Order: sequence, then structure tokens, then C-alpha cells
Amino acid sequence: METVITILSGVLVSISTYMILSRSVIRIILGISIFSHGVHLLLLTMGGLKTGSVPLLGRGAESFTDALPQALILTSIVISFAVTALLLVLAYRVYQELGTDNVYDLRGFKDDL
Amino acid sequence: MIYNLIVIPVILPIIAAIISIFLRRFIKTQRWIAFGVMIINTGISIYILQLIQREGILRIDFGGWEPPFGILYVADSFSMLLVLTTSIVTAICLLFAFSSIGEHREKMFFYPLVSFLVAGVNASFLTGDLFNLYVNFEIMLLASYVLITLGGTKVQLRESIKYVVINVVSSFLLLLSIAYLYGTVGTLNMAHISERIAEAGQTPLLTVISIFFLFVFSLKAGLLLYFWLPGSYSAPPAAVAALFGALLTKVGIYALFRVFTLIFYHDSAITHTLIGIMAALTLIGGSIGAVAYKDVRQIVSYNVIIAVGFILVGLAVGTPEAIEGSIYYLIHDMIVKALLFLIAGIMVVVSGTARIDEMSGLIRNYPLLGWVFFIAMLSLAGIPPLSGFIGKVLVGQGAVETGAYILLALAFLSSIFVLYSLLRVFLNSFWGETIITVEDEMPMKKGWIIPSVILMIGTIGLGLGPEFIAVYVSDAANTLLNPETYINAVMTD
Amino acid sequence: MKINDVILHSVTKVAVFIILTLAVYLFFSGHHNPGGGFIGGLILSSAFVLLFLTFDVETVKTAVPVDFKTVAAVGAFTAVATGLGSLFFGQPFLSQAFGYFGLPILGETELATVTLFESGIALVVVGVVVTIILSIGEDV
Repeated sequence: METVITILSGVLVSISTYMILSRSVIRIILGISIFSHGVHLLLLTMGGLKTGSVPLLGRGAESFTDALPQALILTSIVISFAVTALLLVLAYRVYQELGTDNVYDLRGFKDDL
Repeated sequence: MIYNLIVIPVILPIIAAIISIFLRRFIKTQRWIAFGVMIINTGISIYILQLIQREGILRIDFGGWEPPFGILYVADSFSMLLVLTTSIVTAICLLFAFSSIGEHREKMFFYPLVSFLVAGVNASFLTGDLFNLYVNFEIMLLASYVLITLGGTKVQLRESIKYVVINVVSSFLLLLSIAYLYGTVGTLNMAHISERIAEAGQTPLLTVISIFFLFVFSLKAGLLLYFWLPGSYSAPPAAVAALFGALLTKVGIYALFRVFTLIFYHDSAITHTLIGIMAALTLIGGSIGAVAYKDVRQIVSYNVIIAVGFILVGLAVGTPEAIEGSIYYLIHDMIVKALLFLIAGIMVVVSGTARIDEMSGLIRNYPLLGWVFFIAMLSLAGIPPLSGFIGKVLVGQGAVETGAYILLALAFLSSIFVLYSLLRVFLNSFWGETIITVEDEMPMKKGWIIPSVILMIGTIGLGLGPEFIAVYVSDAANTLLNPETYINAVMTD
Repeated sequence: MKINDVILHSVTKVAVFIILTLAVYLFFSGHHNPGGGFIGGLILSSAFVLLFLTFDVETVKTAVPVDFKTVAAVGAFTAVATGLGSLFFGQPFLSQAFGYFGLPILGETELATVTLFESGIALVVVGVVVTIILSIGEDV
């Protein structure tokens, strides 16, 4: 199971790399959020998947899943949520002010101060 | 013993930020709250530094969860010196912002954002937990994302989208590296990781993970992977650019120092050599950039990159003198880079252009500004008795001891390039025929020149009296070179 | 052009209450069961988003006259203040306490300081999410 999930997160990361390298700002943002999912899946896999029990505290527990990766992922999801929202607002403002969502047109610093 | 005092440099700016959000309309109050908090932080940092001298490394376990289970903050001399410098530099940049940032930015939560930025920076310096480091990086970066776009001019928007994208991607790469490390050693507490790696040996797998960390933090620090830096640091207004130039890359440098002296120090033949190569390439690239551009803000930004390369030479060399030199240079660079960005900002405002070939004879109109720039230039080039000197000497001494002559040559050649690039600015824009007539001359505001003069006094003071901080710097270098001290402080009650 | 979408209006009027109840339930089930401040706040803000979608922004703003940026600030303040509270008892920052109390109607109930912290988180989430939605939605 771990192998499958690792491969899946690899697939997600490669898709996102392709999208981040494209020209459209919206595609880049989508690529970033797919990237975050890939990383979160990997983080979950690193803690070990499905040991036959829930993450539970209690002294008598025979088996339990590592609860830490889930806490980390929750934190990280919150952060990626905030960052994605900010990026979307920013992309929208850029489109409003500069009239383009093509990163090739966003190059250079010669034309104005 | 519980040292709740350590969280104060983080919590105080957060509380100030929240209160300032409530007081949105009262800009004057917001100003003094933000400024006051930085002053209090300065005092507290000095007190904590003294306390560390007396009682060793301090720590605070959040919620009473003992390490390695909970999150904790650890205050050693290295991190507290950086917190102290951060507080001082931010206070002065705020002083500059009072009269330069403009009311519409102040109304859009400028002061709360700066406070959040400082909270994130201080928390990154203090944390003893790798995942918490990621979270603190994010707090700092989120505040910086908003600060760089604040005001919403076209240049800012254009540059900020690159800045935000590159930093978000590198943040997730950091998370990826943390995931790998957690999968390998099964803990996130930095001291505990170090202990486990020391027990089991740094396997090739761990070295690969360390190179992941190297690349991530290099992206943040601008070590070799600096291509995003000059554009985005020259877009925001001077006060914000000064904060960025003084603080943000330094957090990346701090993380590199912490990770490669505390955790991955066993296989230095690979990692530290790689750091050395990257530092050398950074010095070359930064030097070329600094002499290639005619935009004063670009020149100053490339000077940031050269400094990053220089500080990392100290880490690559790794002798006690070199590390000490790096710490001196780090503190010096935070002060002088802030000064340089402030002067560049003033120059752009008074002359109405950022190109040095279009400015001329500014020293006739603004003599004090010219001489402050001159001092900053000499300090960056490492002329004694200014503050850049001692760092350069110590790093050079370390490089000679270990026989790293290529790094030594590049480090000192880069000083010449720094001198040349800034001298070019000086000759072009301050010397020569004045182009601003007396009628057009913009009066120099006190709020602009006073912060610059304070920073200038800071660099002279640090150069003349390094013995005031010598105790703390040598203690910091000691802790960095002997990870057991840090581990013992964290892992025992 | 005004669209007369009666079905959406009448469904929303009922659904919002269900969503709010779920939000409150999830909020209080936190720290032992799945739930808590973040999830509760997110669902709470989804109720607001649904209201903004169904009725226009102005109507909802007059009905709920709060500045959501202030809500976020109040939440952040609550969260930090509960963390700081432990300092006054000489405990490490962010320490928590809980106890069991016999309350009139609820019977024996666990009261924990975490709930105060979580309420701060919930307010932050509501404030931030609604602010984001409004700032994207307002000037289209």
C-alpha cells in the first residue's frame, strides 16, 4: 500500500511540475495546489499507513497508527489553503492591473520605475 | 525551570499586530505600538543573552509537553543575537517607514504585517522543532507576500507573483524534505534527530535528504538559487525592501547553519564541500550582477547575494574562527544592508529615477546622505575599523587554516567587486555636476536621514567595539560547533 | 438583471440552520472526537458563503453588520490570550487545564480551556475565509 501511495504522490508531483512550468498563472496555481497534495500524501505515507488501528491514545492499545503525520498534514493543509487563496487574489489583481495572465509578459524591469 | 520569557519576542509582536488591527484608523497609535514592541524586544533579547551566559541554553516546552514529544523553543546565543539584531533593525526601518511609506499603505495594515513578519522571523530563529520551523517560515513568508504587494503598483504586482510562486514551491519542497527525514528517523525535534543520526551514523540516504534541505534553504537564503531575488527586492518601497534585505535571506542562512551544524555534520566531505561550491558560485554570480546593472536597487540587491555567499563560505570552511566570522558578518550585514536599501530608496525618491547614469551630483544637494553612503560602502567592503572588517578577517583566517584558497580568493575578490559596484554608484550619482536645481530640491526629511544615521552609527560602533558582543559570538560559535551542548540542553530536564 | 430563484432562497433559509447546527456540533465535539475549531469554523464560514451566494452581499452585510477582519482579529486575540493565560499560573506557554463539573441540565460535563482556544481558532477561520471570499467576489 505504501508503494502505491508513494507512486501516486510521485505522479501528482510530476503533473504539478508540468503545470508549474506552463505560462498561464492559473495553471501555475493549480500546479502548486496539486503539488501540495502530493507532498501531503507523501507525509502521510512516511508515518506508515494502516497498521490495523486508529490513532488513539491509551495505555493498553496493542496497535495504533502514528498520529503525528495527520496533525502535520492538517497544519500544512491550512497553510496551503491560505497560500492558495492569496495566490488566487494576487493573480486576479495582476490580471486586472496588467491585463495578462501569461508569465512571459510579466518579465523585465526596464519599462517603468 | 520554565523560561516563559523566551516566547515573549514572538508573542509580543503578534499581540501588537492584533491590537493594531483593532486600531485601524489610529495610525499614530499603531506606529508607536509597533515601534515600542521592537524596543521592548531589544531589551528582552539583551536580558536573555545575559541569562544564557549565566545559565546555559534555555528552552521552553509548549504546554508542558517534554521533548521530543512537544514543540519547544530553544534560545542559544546564536539565535538570540539574531533576534536582537532583528529587533533593532526593524525598529529603525519602522522609524524610516513613518515618513516614507505613505498613508494608504499604513491604512492597509502595514504595521500589523511588519509585526507578523518579525514574529515569524523571531520564531524561526528560536524554534527547536523542524516542522515548527516550516510553520514559522510560512508565517514570515505570508506576511512578506502581503508586504511586497501592498500598495499594488504595477511593478510590485509583476514582481510579487514570481516571488510568491517561487517561495510557495520551495516551502512545499521543505515540507517534502521534512517528510523524508521524518520517515527515516521518526522524529521532528532537531536535537532528537541529531542524537539519532549520531547513534546510527549518517547513512547515504540521510546525506541525500540533507542535500534536499540544502537546496530548499538555499532557495530561501539566495545561495546560488538567487534568480528570484534581485527583481523582487527592488520592487517594494524602501522601508519594506530594507526589511526584506536585512531579515528574510538571513533566516534561510540561519536555517542552513542550524541544520548543517546540528543535524547533518557527519558527512562534511559531501555536504560542506557542496556548500562551498555553491557559495563560490554565488560570489561569482553576485559580483557579476552587482557590476552589470545601472539600477541602484538592482545593484543593492546583488550585494545581498554576495553577502550570502560570503557568510556561507564561513560555514563551508567550518573552523571555529570562520564560524565566528560568519556570525559577526551576519550581524554586520543585517545592519548595513538595511542602511543600503534605505539610502537607495532615498536616492530614488529625491532624484526621481533609479538609474545611476541619470543621477548626478547628489552630494551637493544632500551632503549628509552622500557621506552616510560612503561609510556604508567602506563598511561593506571590509575596511577597518568598520564592522565588515572583523567578519572578513576571521572567515579569511579560517579559510587559510583549512587551505581553502579558492574560496579565500573568491571571498576577497568579491569584496573588491562590492567596492567597485558601490563606488560606481557613488561616482555616478553623488559626484559630478548636480542636476537638481535649488528650486527643485526636495527637502531632506528628518525621518529619512535619522534612521540612516542611526544605522551608520551602528556599523561604526560594531566595528570599533566588537568586544561588547565577542563573548556572545564566541559562545554562539561554540554551541554551533559542539552539538552536544545543544542536545544536552534540550533532552535533559 | 435580477434572477428570481425561489428554490435556492427557500432551501438556503432551511439549510443555513442545518449547517450552523452541524458547525456548532463539530466545534464542541473537538479534542476527543473528530471536530474542533478549524473544522467548525470552516463549516460556519461555508454557511456565510452560501448566504452570500443566494442573497447578494449587501443584504447579508446589513443583516450581519460585522467587519470580518475584526472577527479574525478577535479570534486571534482569544487564541493568543488563552495561551498567555498559562503564564499567570507559572505554567509553560500554551498549557491547558480541564475539569469535570456537574452542571444543572447537562449533568457531569468536561470543561477544558482548550475550548476557549478553539473558539479563537474558529473565529479566525470564519473571519479569514469570509474576508477572502468577499475580496474576490466584491469587485467582479
